[in-house]
Amino acid sequence: MKVLLRNPRRELDIPGPRRVHALLADLELNRESHLVIRNGTLVPSDELLADADTVEIRPVISGGAL
Amino acid sequence: MKCRVCREPAVIDVPRHNANFCGQHFLDMCRRQVMKAIDDFDMLSKDDKILIAVSGGKDSLAVWDMLGDLGYQADGLYIGLGIGEYSDVSGEYAQRFADERGLTLITVSLREEYGYDVPTATVATRRVPCSACGMSKRHLFDKAAIDGGYSVLVTGHNLDDEAAVLYGNTLRWELEYLARQLPTLPARNGFPKKVKPLVRLSERETAAWCVIRGIDYLVEECPIAAGNRHLGFKDALNTIETASPGTKTAFYLNFVEKVAPLFAAYALPDDVELRPCTECGSPTTGQVCAFCNLATKARAHEPVPVELITGRGARRR
Repeated sequence: MKVLLRNPRRELDIPGPRRVHALLADLELNRESHLVIRNGTLVPSDELLADADTVEIRPVISGGAL
Repeated sequence: MKCRVCREPAVIDVPRHNANFCGQHFLDMCRRQVMKAIDDFDMLSKDDKILIAVSGGKDSLAVWDMLGDLGYQADGLYIGLGIGEYSDVSGEYAQRFADERGLTLITVSLREEYGYDVPTATVATRRVPCSACGMSKRHLFDKAAIDGGYSVLVTGHNLDDEAAVLYGNTLRWELEYLARQLPTLPARNGFPKKVKPLVRLSERETAAWCVIRGIDYLVEECPIAAGNRHLGFKDALNTIETASPGTKTAFYLNFVEKVAPLFAAYALPDDVELRPCTECGSPTTGQVCAFCNLATKARAHEPVPVELITGRGARRR
């Protein structure tokens, strides 16, 4: 599957099928800090991602001055 | 995974509630959390004239969207901070959101109206970038709220923001800061009432609100905030949260309920003598307020390109 990552923006090819939580773990990304979006739709952590999917892993943490 | 409410396929799991939700019922959960924050902390009434601090990021656009969804009328205020292309793009997101919904967005440009920008202020004052930025924003938000006759200033601070600040203040036992780290700060001494309706929603949840609602926001992080201490606190808390869901919620909300009252005596007293800043008229304890001191130094410095300070968020003072 094609996986779009941000900050910095980059794209990876990762073999599927694979569950969302496993994908995040493989990439050493915390589930609390990221959303996974497939075709514009959020997917939960047990969703099975297919080899043909294109997914975005979107970081949700922002941190400037308060 | 099935939605806890309707048993339809879930789009998001929310471990801190031990629940999964479809899109519609996730939005309902967010609305309930925001309404509870507004009610519990006496934040807003439908008669309030509301100003929202808008950055173009997920939290400020989510809170603007949610308040409108809940029947509150609010204007937005965007401050152009002069952080290179990042500021240009963030302003476009904020303006597009307002235009598409027929909302009023007030825009202030630090460079055009005050003669400096955040990169220049950072170098001129030898501050951490987020410090120069935060001081500028707080002053201009307060000023715009007071000058515009708004009864309350809304910010998009979420549960993660508040838990991270609390974590930092606790590690250093910053008693005065702990005493005033509340979801609602009443108006006083020439400062507007300030409220944080998103304190019961995590950062992941505000982002999910935006995705489900189709809100286009700036995902990229501020280039000069990267590596700052605040982000490190969030990472630490999220590591704990993953192992023990609900910890951030308990840490912050139990602080507000049970601990903050114990620190009230350390807050700056309401009757502290303030006088108008001799330059801008804003309330201050000295002759010239901290913002005008910063602005004066920054204006005297030649403009600094953002590339020169990228990554300085991690710098220690």
